[in-house]
Amino acid sequence: MTEFLTSPLMTYIGIPLIKGVVMLAVMLLTMAYLTFAERKILSYMQARIGPNRVGPKGWLQPIADGLKLFVKEDLIPGRAERFIFVLAPMLIFAPAILVWAVIPWGENFTIAGVETTPFLADINIAVLFVLAISSVGVYGLILGGWASNNKFSLMGGLRSAAQMISYEIPLGFSVVAVLLMSGTLSLVGIVEAQRDAGLWFVFPGILAFGIFFICGIAENNRNPFDLPEAEAELVAGFHTEYSGMKFAMFYLAEYINMMVVSSLAVIFFFGGWLRPFPNVEALAFLDLIPPFFWFYGKMLGFIFLYIWFRGTFPRYRFDQLMQVGWKWLLPLSLANVALVALGVLLLKG
Amino acid sequence: MTAPHKSLLDVEEMEINFGPQHPATHGVLRVKMKLDGEKIMEAKPVIGYLHRGTEKLFETMDFPQCIPHTDRMDYVAAATNNQGFCVTMEKLLGITIPPRAAYIRMMLAEMQRLASHLVWLATHAVDIGAITPFFYTFRERDAILDLFEEYCGARLTLNTMKIGGVPFELPDGWLDRCSELVDGFNAHIDEYENLLTENRIWKKRTIGVGVVSAEEAIEWGLTGPPLRGSGVKWDIRKIFPYDRYDEIDFEVPIGETGDTYDRYVVRIEEMRQSVRIIRQCLDRLPDGPHMARVPKVLRVKEAGMVYGSVEAPKGELGYFIVAGEKATAPYRCRVRPPSFVNLQALPMMVEGHLVADLVAVIGTLDIVLGEIDR
Repeated sequence: MTEFLTSPLMTYIGIPLIKGVVMLAVMLLTMAYLTFAERKILSYMQARIGPNRVGPKGWLQPIADGLKLFVKEDLIPGRAERFIFVLAPMLIFAPAILVWAVIPWGENFTIAGVETTPFLADINIAVLFVLAISSVGVYGLILGGWASNNKFSLMGGLRSAAQMISYEIPLGFSVVAVLLMSGTLSLVGIVEAQRDAGLWFVFPGILAFGIFFICGIAENNRNPFDLPEAEAELVAGFHTEYSGMKFAMFYLAEYINMMVVSSLAVIFFFGGWLRPFPNVEALAFLDLIPPFFWFYGKMLGFIFLYIWFRGTFPRYRFDQLMQVGWKWLLPLSLANVALVALGVLLLKG
Repeated sequence: MTAPHKSLLDVEEMEINFGPQHPATHGVLRVKMKLDGEKIMEAKPVIGYLHRGTEKLFETMDFPQCIPHTDRMDYVAAATNNQGFCVTMEKLLGITIPPRAAYIRMMLAEMQRLASHLVWLATHAVDIGAITPFFYTFRERDAILDLFEEYCGARLTLNTMKIGGVPFELPDGWLDRCSELVDGFNAHIDEYENLLTENRIWKKRTIGVGVVSAEEAIEWGLTGPPLRGSGVKWDIRKIFPYDRYDEIDFEVPIGETGDTYDRYVVRIEEMRQSVRIIRQCLDRLPDGPHMARVPKVLRVKEAGMVYGSVEAPKGELGYFIVAGEKATAPYRCRVRPPSFVNLQALPMMVEGHLVADLVAVIGTLDIVLGEIDR
């Protein structure tokens, strides 16, 4: 058995395939229930009950939603640019999924005598990979908005383009601070650096974390930065004309991206799958919880923040959004890089 | 206003139709806009999609029959519409209503003001992106509508006043329930304020947006919160008291700069004042009949015309009624709806601003298309 499992065929094709399927399943299930969680949590914040009709206490609601979107008529506006109109949702959905290939969910573990990694690939430029792939998603928004041949959608697409580009820069710089502290571009390496340092990077990098998370929300087009889809002004913006599964892909991508940003925040600043204070022996009992659940739990914590924001904040105006991005976050993130670099230089020599 | 410029890129303005089927236009308002990027170069409100010929209908019915039609003008504030018509008709017919009727009217009108302002706050906040206040305000509005329902059987189109008083005596226990609602109301207002008043984003979105100076406000004929937000202390309830508002102690809140935030603060404070008014009415509610002695068929003694107005939640709601000798129906009834007049200022308030400001300004003007188009 072990022999078969360690054969090249399994090592290079079989096991990654199985892992891919498992990860996809976990991710899509999480995503589906995130929509449910969001609706439930929001409704409790808003003094109402939320979905409770489908299944016990509404627990089958996401499945009903998915089914509905699957069987819905798929409309393409007559004057839309058909090819691009169809391409756009894929362009936003595929990168959102692809990013997960390099995100580590936990420590190496052993199944049936074979040591396995809880991620598909630990490439040494994982951070760059994530940033590069996730910025492909913006094409989906722009092209979707443009191909719909609808003025409101076009405005939504333009807004998202401007927004994503301007927030990617401070985001990148806040990640640079992490890279300086960890000295590696590998996501696994970053977590291991936090274990070796015995310290989550959020403590020395609180500013970087703040910038990262704000930019992350803006990247995801979530409240208070949800201008591209501002339902009050643009009536859903870039996806106004989409229906059925194509709309669902935009919707799914939004949630998956929320998970991506949350997991990155966890990996960069909150020790990934490590327990709190990984070097304090007194807290060793916390190791009873497997690393995967630490990771998962922290990620859900960030997603709760997203939902909380949505329940609390109004929306920025376009010019104010740009102001926050260029006038505040960019200089701050630059200053932060300099500060962290100085700190690293002084402490590590 | 900068003229449309021809740059090297030779940009063209984009014409865009905002509405009439648009969630942020509060009904069926259509705004024809010319945009330069996100900047509004020109905005023209187009109205008439909800025209029902109410004024013409008035001419074909007896005076009391007009009242249900007033409900359908500003449909989120039916009681004040009724009040306006009744007050004007009483002026024309020379009827004095009993004090108890006046107090009940004031209570209903102030509760209606609360309900209307709650709808305004809910939709205004949603337009600016805060979705949560909507659910809180509608919770309280429902409590108010429950009281209306208990009193007159309707929740929205109340038809709750008659020429000469109010149609019903208050049901048993209504006063206690009203009192309970009023006592808890300020806490609810605090709740909304917690979410918005000091919120940085809320302030950024509203301060300096849609500024109207006091002179402009008067020139454009604005009334209600849009006028008071600009710092003009003008409230029909104080200036030309009707019913028994002269016996009630309340403040008229005003703003300073006349921007969207000021109007927000003014309306929030108005809600608190309404609570105060209802409290006083509850405490002082006199005994006596709820209707004046009026003939079965209301007949105008001699031909004449009359203008009467009340302070509706959205501004001065006026009725101009012309009636012939021995007439039982108006010869002509012109309504001065506050939203219609306030909406005129929209182009001035948004031109040169961004699209996102348009929804903020439509929200802050608190228009109701039922009353604009009639």
